[in-house]
Amino acid sequence: MRELTYIAAISEAISHEMERDPDVLVLGEDVGGDFGGAFKVTKGLAARFGDRRVLNTPLAEQSFIGMANGMALMGLRPIVEVQFADFISTGFDSIVQSAATIHYRFGGKVPWVIRAPSDGGIRSGPFHSQNPEAWFVHTPGLKVVAPSNPADAKGLLCSAVRDPNPVIYFEAKPLYRSLRGPVPEGEHLVPIGEAAVVRPGTDLTVVAYGSQVSQALAAAADLAADGIEAEVVDLRSLKPLDFQTVAESVSRTSRALVVHSANRLAGVGAEVSARISEECFEWLDAPVTRLGGLDVPVPFSPPLEDAYRPDAHKIAAAARRLVAY
Amino acid sequence: MSDPLGSQIREALFATPARPEEPEPPPEPPSPQPHSEEAPADLPADLRIDLYRWMRLTRTLDDTMVAMWKQGRGLGGTFSGRGHEGISVPMGLALGPDDVIAPMHRDVGSYLVRGMTPARVFGNLLGRVTGPSEGRDANLHGMGDLSLGIIGYVSHIPQQIPITLGMAMSFRYRGEPRVALTACGDGGTTTGPYHESLNMAALYGAPLVLVVENNQYAYSTPLDQQMATFAITERAAAYGLTARTEDGNDVEAMFRSIKAAVDRARSGGGPTVIEARTMRMLGHAIHDGAEYVPRELLERWEARDPVDHQRRRLLSEGVSGEAGLAEIDAWARAEIDAAVAEAEAAPFPDPGTVSDRIYA
Repeated sequence: MRELTYIAAISEAISHEMERDPDVLVLGEDVGGDFGGAFKVTKGLAARFGDRRVLNTPLAEQSFIGMANGMALMGLRPIVEVQFADFISTGFDSIVQSAATIHYRFGGKVPWVIRAPSDGGIRSGPFHSQNPEAWFVHTPGLKVVAPSNPADAKGLLCSAVRDPNPVIYFEAKPLYRSLRGPVPEGEHLVPIGEAAVVRPGTDLTVVAYGSQVSQALAAAADLAADGIEAEVVDLRSLKPLDFQTVAESVSRTSRALVVHSANRLAGVGAEVSARISEECFEWLDAPVTRLGGLDVPVPFSPPLEDAYRPDAHKIAAAARRLVAY
Repeated sequence: MSDPLGSQIREALFATPARPEEPEPPPEPPSPQPHSEEAPADLPADLRIDLYRWMRLTRTLDDTMVAMWKQGRGLGGTFSGRGHEGISVPMGLALGPDDVIAPMHRDVGSYLVRGMTPARVFGNLLGRVTGPSEGRDANLHGMGDLSLGIIGYVSHIPQQIPITLGMAMSFRYRGEPRVALTACGDGGTTTGPYHESLNMAALYGAPLVLVVENNQYAYSTPLDQQMATFAITERAAAYGLTARTEDGNDVEAMFRSIKAAVDRARSGGGPTVIEARTMRMLGHAIHDGAEYVPRELLERWEARDPVDHQRRRLLSEGVSGEAGLAEIDAWARAEIDAAVAEAEAAPFPDPGTVSDRIYA
């Protein structure tokens, strides 16, 4: 199969959906014209599909996300780019108060996707490195996905565009051009709400998503050299969460390590960890362990940022402690 | 047009003031102005009577609701739209059948005109399964019904403006000759999304009409504590929108102005802001006695109540006789009484459905 970078897979998904459905359009800051967005994800779309379907917006996240709510209520399927996931807070009300509640309150449908370029490790400081997914997982009515590889990046985005609900799509900036992988051509859908076992193992389960899946796989290779076989579960969807796949894995390995780049405190891993404790207690041979960012803004300078975030070495070290427990 | 009481009260013309040194009473409505040439100069008699009919139904609903809540027959809080009928009713009537509206929480008249029955409104107010939100949203929020082109309200003011902008943009995207209309209060004009959305509406030439129901108070805060200048219309014009100031208690003036704005939007003429000057005649919500509002201000506005005003106008101009209007009043009373009886007899939602409809 031909290989694409993670970012090329995202671009391919957008153009595939725009080709397929005339109701799909793109909007956001700097996405239009020849420029094609801060990361060039939408480059070429305006030339191919016209300015009407690739709409540049002013700096106004609250209102252009709110505008997407209204477009979606009328049956369009906007793909909204917030330039960095960090800026999604500026549009918070339009997401959590409006979009998330509309179907429950009066039955309207809001089938948009917000693409949120997230995650750090690339020396971008407190306002260009964040992982704010927990806010949205905590909000009833939203769906949240976070692909870890190019094939899922395409398949989850195509599914998100076709989903009749608001979906926030956290794409991992550190993977954009650093990760290549096989991506099916043409139609390729990854269902929302299904985790994947990306590496089988017997000694512990590492649950991760987004960029930390690559780190977990690197850690697993390191551990295997010492005879420790880690199973890696890629959540892929954070909401709805496929806990069954997690539980099935933990029931075989009896140890669980939950990893994400976002702050550990009250993060998605806290929920996964709590559910493992509640629902897999009889199978556990060691306390469920979490690795995540520290309870500080994402720092800029390399030694500080490296101290802040999990990586393959920290995952391997935590796994060894768990196995030795 | 013979309207002795109205013209007497409208003696003082409103002019945009600089920030007052002394606290001043909030602005009086403008005197009747010549309306734009595209607006219909004379409204047909049946429309003028219809405006009264819907205002009377709206007022009767409001009076009944307020009485029920004071009697302890209500549920939670609720919001009176008393004094806003001259705005909410023409907002509904000036739209075409395929247009959409996102009313605010004092616009029950818009809901009624667009076809939501009073029984469904009371069903929502009383948390019954027969309300448009099926017990999921409170009072006049969440009363959306897309089959009627109505979007339910969100408390986070003015979320309805960017949503309505988006609906308008969807019409433009698909080349449909439809218009989207919404409303907010004076308080809504001080928020970020208000200014963002006005800028974007003008930038994109969206077929949008926004009515600012300037009722002079954001909860307890009067206009002069909300903004240094009362230049709501001028600010909208500065963003590039067509902007007008109207007497929100003159339902016929409001109809003409909204209709002209809707027609302009439909023909590609872009968005309009209409500032409708009125007065919130009761508290912010049912619990609020609004002791902070000067009594003489309320008395002045009570004397030019929009429903009574239209009634007097129809009589004095010979459009309708007392018997015809009394018949409308009795019809409204009977409609609302029947609606309350139906809503009070309706079932509450089944608790087993609490998680239903979280996803489409």
